[in-house]
Amino acid sequence: MTIDIGFTFSRFAAVVYKEFIQMRRDRVTFAMMIGIPLMQLILFGYAINSDPRHLPTAVLSADNSPYSRGIVAGMQTSTYFDVTGQLSSRAQAEAALKNGDAQFVLTIPEDFSRKLLRGETPVLLLEADATDPAATSGAVASLREIVSRAIARDLPGPAAELAATDLPVTIRVHAEYNPEAVTQYNIVPGLMGVILSLTLTMITSLAITRERERGTMENLLSTPVKPLEVMLGKITPYILVGYIQIALIILASKFLFDVPLRGSLVPIFVLSLVFIAANLSVGVTLSTVAKNQLQAVQMSVFFFLPSLLLSGFMFPFRGMPAWAQVLGSALPLTHYLRFVRGVLLKGATGMESLTHIWPIAIFFLAVIAIGMLRYRKTLD
Amino acid sequence: MTDILFDPKRLAQSPSSAPTDAPPKVPADAPADAPADAPADAGLSGAGGDSVIDVQGLTKSFGSKVVVNNLSMRVRRGEIFGFLGPNGSGKTTFIRMLCGLLAADSGSGTCLGWDIRTQAERIKPHVGYMSQRFSLYEDLTVRENLDFTARLYGLPDRAALVGDCLEHNGLARFADNLAGSLSGGWKQRLALAACTLHDPSLLLLDEPTAGVDPGARRDFWDAVHRLAARGVTALISTHYMDEAERCHRLAYIAYGDLLAQDTVEGLIRNSGLVTWSISGPDLHELSEILRGKPGVDQVVAFGNTLHVSGPDEASLVAALSPCGATHQCRRIETNLEEVFIHLMRGARKP
Ligand SMILES: Nc1ncnc2c1ncn2[C@@H]1O[C@H](COP(=O)(O)OP(=O)(O)OP(=O)(O)O)[C@@H](O)[C@H]1O
Ligand SMILES: [Mg+2]
Repeated sequence: MTIDIGFTFSRFAAVVYKEFIQMRRDRVTFAMMIGIPLMQLILFGYAINSDPRHLPTAVLSADNSPYSRGIVAGMQTSTYFDVTGQLSSRAQAEAALKNGDAQFVLTIPEDFSRKLLRGETPVLLLEADATDPAATSGAVASLREIVSRAIARDLPGPAAELAATDLPVTIRVHAEYNPEAVTQYNIVPGLMGVILSLTLTMITSLAITRERERGTMENLLSTPVKPLEVMLGKITPYILVGYIQIALIILASKFLFDVPLRGSLVPIFVLSLVFIAANLSVGVTLSTVAKNQLQAVQMSVFFFLPSLLLSGFMFPFRGMPAWAQVLGSALPLTHYLRFVRGVLLKGATGMESLTHIWPIAIFFLAVIAIGMLRYRKTLD
Repeated sequence: MTDILFDPKRLAQSPSSAPTDAPPKVPADAPADAPADAPADAGLSGAGGDSVIDVQGLTKSFGSKVVVNNLSMRVRRGEIFGFLGPNGSGKTTFIRMLCGLLAADSGSGTCLGWDIRTQAERIKPHVGYMSQRFSLYEDLTVRENLDFTARLYGLPDRAALVGDCLEHNGLARFADNLAGSLSGGWKQRLALAACTLHDPSLLLLDEPTAGVDPGARRDFWDAVHRLAARGVTALISTHYMDEAERCHRLAYIAYGDLLAQDTVEGLIRNSGLVTWSISGPDLHELSEILRGKPGVDQVVAFGNTLHVSGPDEASLVAALSPCGATHQCRRIETNLEEVFIHLMRGARKP
């Protein structure tokens, strides 16, 4: 008798091969797998590249000198800032930021010009409402240039020379409401996790539901193929898709968005496998629950939204309430974002990243176990 | 085939036969059945009848609706067993339970000697199941579908095997077409080819010839008979009477209940129906008149004749006597269709 009850590689390979053929022929899904990442990159990238101007700015000036007036005038002409009013107290400044009346509050201290003339490097304080860091970063970056020009124009001879080489003013920027100070560079690597999460979960959940909906499951179930062979066989081709997406996003980060990539790409490619597997297992498990393809899509969105919101991609993780942080910690995307940002932006090594990987591995094992239990060997 | 046999009224189905052969299922069933019946099945199975399908009291409900009700059935090795019944009577559901695609709510049984409820994984490699609905991959080519099937069954020498299969089933010229682009009949033929690829010892075919042209249907039945001669068993559901007549034995199921299980001849004889053929003028008006008369069960038009049947000879003759003067009346053999329609009407009443 040639009966084997366990896992057989050749049957698994048969399923993988079949999936590849189908994937190649299914133009719409294939377009979706490449199209969704591109679309998200462009949408988010557009938001990142946008360089908002005319941001409402209030000035709290205790120094009425040509220098401070020069700086304010310079800000206005730079078009980044729209100086909307003069404030007279700290309380007003705080209120303006809090209500959103002002995106920035510039505080010029009382002794600004006196110190400047004495060469004592006075402090300019720029408080920014950084809830949307992408919105403020361009303006903040321009301030140094504005101040330096304004001062160089107004300072007398020798001091101006000095100012041309070294800025005689300290500009202190306080980013309010965003303790993690997410910058634009944070977003593109983060997108990698978001895109993998969305597309892989959705596509795998569709892959199995489709077999049920088209009736091909009936034939498949009547053959000796085993649940594990079907599930892994269906997952495997999409691992490759995941890697294509990763490569695509890394290329875009580097050449489209000029993200400075510090770390090595090796840990990214090796350890992302765990994250890819985790998302695929979610897809497979959802497909054991979903009755049709529409339900499968809805369920993957249902999984995707909390991932998007609670992982620290949309909102800074530490700014979330405790319950949301607990929920967020259970999601693979949360850990993957830290891993990717750690490696790409901070240059963390693979070994250092393992603390972010094991929670994803546990998630994967738990979900695939549920999927195996739920996989129906019969049609009812 | 040669002669009409005198076998007891009903075979297997009645509860009386179940307890006698329940404990020693596989070996000792030859004496339980009428000995005359085994050679009647064309003497195909030299073994004389080890049961390939042997189920008792199989029941399946969807929600509150009982779809297969306490069904017992026995099919011997090498037998071509026809499975008939009106739409929605539970044929597909029953076949799915046999090959492990659906779990029975209650009842028990074996298929190829393995328990259908616990050993489905052992049964599957030896069963060729063809579903009613096309269930191969429309986005794979004909060859790819066969190749995939061969891989799943772990068949050796795949390329040659698939090539032969394409050749024998007349599929060679479609080999590289997508299965979805085939016409309905060719899809059926592909599905049939796929489910016989691994040389199964039991074929479970759910309406395999629906939409297939007469020539291909004849080829199909010839092939099934050749396989049966080699000891392959086939359970085939169909709605075609000519196909039913090509089966060794038949089961008729309606609304989940098994109503009869016998040879063609046995079914006709046991139905007790008498049929007369009438030809002459104004057959349509005549049929309207006859339909309402007592003793007339069915009136069916066949071209220039009417077939009138009823369960009781005397009252049927009484009903027909008025038209004796104007028409030619002749007693003929009752056919299967009349038997099945009679059975179905009987089933709906309770
Ligand atoms: N998965 C299911 N869920 C609910 N009801 C079902 C399911 N499958 C079948 N049924 C019902 O069971 C009954 C029997 O269906 P089945 O397909 O077995 O009939 P059939 O004899 O094969 O009919 P046909 O000749 O039309 O193929 C039908 O009334 C059908 O609606
Ligand atoms: Mg059916």
